[in-house]
Amino acid sequence: MDWLIEPLRYSFMQTAILAAVLVGATCATIGVYVVLRRMAFIGDALAHTALPGLVVAYLNGWNLFGGAVVAGLLTALGIGWLSRREEVREDTAIGILFTGMFALGILLISTTRSFRDLTHILFGNILGVTTSDLLLIGIVTVITLVALVAFHKEFELTSFDPIHAEVIGLRADRLRYLLLILLSLTVVTSIQVVGVVLTSAMLVTPAATAALLTNRLPRMMLIAALIAIASGVIGLYISFYQNVASGAAIVLVATVCFGLAWVVRIIKSRMAAKTIPA
Amino acid sequence: MSVIPFFPYKKYSGASSKATAAPFAVDVDQLSVGYPSGDQMYALDNVSLQVPSGARIALVGPNGAGKSTLLKAIAGLLKVQSGSIHLYGNPVGAEPQRVAYLPQRGEIDWRFPISLHKLVVTGRYVHLGWFRRPSADDHKKADEMIRRLGLSALADRQIGQLSGGQQQRALLARALTQNADLLLLDEPLNAVDSQTRAVIADVLNQLQREGKTVLAATHDLGRLETDYDDAMYLAEGREVAPPPGAFTGQVRTKLAQPKPTFTHKAG
Repeated sequence: MDWLIEPLRYSFMQTAILAAVLVGATCATIGVYVVLRRMAFIGDALAHTALPGLVVAYLNGWNLFGGAVVAGLLTALGIGWLSRREEVREDTAIGILFTGMFALGILLISTTRSFRDLTHILFGNILGVTTSDLLLIGIVTVITLVALVAFHKEFELTSFDPIHAEVIGLRADRLRYLLLILLSLTVVTSIQVVGVVLTSAMLVTPAATAALLTNRLPRMMLIAALIAIASGVIGLYISFYQNVASGAAIVLVATVCFGLAWVVRIIKSRMAAKTIPA
Repeated sequence: MSVIPFFPYKKYSGASSKATAAPFAVDVDQLSVGYPSGDQMYALDNVSLQVPSGARIALVGPNGAGKSTLLKAIAGLLKVQSGSIHLYGNPVGAEPQRVAYLPQRGEIDWRFPISLHKLVVTGRYVHLGWFRRPSADDHKKADEMIRRLGLSALADRQIGQLSGGQQQRALLARALTQNADLLLLDEPLNAVDSQTRAVIADVLNQLQREGKTVLAATHDLGRLETDYDDAMYLAEGREVAPPPGAFTGQVRTKLAQPKPTFTHKAG
């Protein structure tokens, strides 16, 4: 059992595991809505548009987290605003916005000559998470989970029947804004763990895995969170012992979980098909 | 019951006491509704309709006649171009608890992971508002309606695993669970099996005995006489004369006489 304890002797590993658990649980829970409301592309876009915010904060010596939050919130509101208009299709608008912002971020980085930092931003640097980062991650986790619990029945209803919501006076578009804001906060924490490029995996993969295993919303959120936490911890151990990139290891463990759930699902439906009398 | 106070989804300050004096459950006056594309054409063109409390009125016409548009406008889902809609004397949206709307099946994401029971419980949300969760009593009300529509055995099933007729009955169960005074039903009998047809007809009769007002879109001419008190015929967004031999009731003819002055709206 010593191999289990060994990594925990290092304080950077303790911080990293705690960060992976918090971020995994938050991303997976809100990720269930991302999957069910078909917002995966938006999640990816939010992660990419955080880049210029991160770079501007870095160049000015501000808190990186704060810079990313500002960029993420602006994007969330921009997407919400764009999706109300009908001149440009929503996915097209998002595609243009997020690649443009991402390009701006890369342009700014190229002025600094420090591409080591670019790697950290793109692929995450969970082993470099500081105590104050951890505190911010914790705050975002609490805000997101409390909001998801407090507005559970409204998020649920507007997701599958926005018309009924409108009839009873519940504005579906405002709930969507709120979800986008929570999503942008979550995405920014996730960037610390797996980086800009892999963040949408944290949102989508555990939630999609859980969706294969149950058809009840609260249970789906719980399973997704457990998968994400397990992926985070296992990924970090693999990264520790094999000396591979931690963000990539975490995402790959989650991907393997999805593959296993897929196989379970197929076997289940084959067996169900066999038991039906001819 | 709940410790959390009632925070309604929509605050409306204009609801007035004149509601008690209002003679009509639904009063649509020269209503015109455009298409979202900003087309020259009207989806509804200068339509008027008064429904007395407790009456069951059918909106009859082919696809595209404007039946659904009229129901959606009354439910507060569409922008009104000109004219007015009053429900129990108040503008649309003033008393959402009193108005239940049954959408067409296609407007719901049936793959969403919730059970039939939970779908029906959402009919209580307008009474709950923000933060409050459905109480044991809300669940009981939902179960009662599920039973009335013959769905008890399916209550735990995910909504996508129901047949079309069962989905239609589930939506009606939700509308009934809301315990509204006015029910707006968009094609409640569209493409359903005969069992569902019988169950829903039965429920509509029950509603009349309870004094509820029903306004339903249909293109089924066969059941008008048994299920409704009167009918309004629509084509291409306007009211038209009933086809020869078609059912007409007494409710609307009586109303066609000049309005007494007290029902007239100011301005």
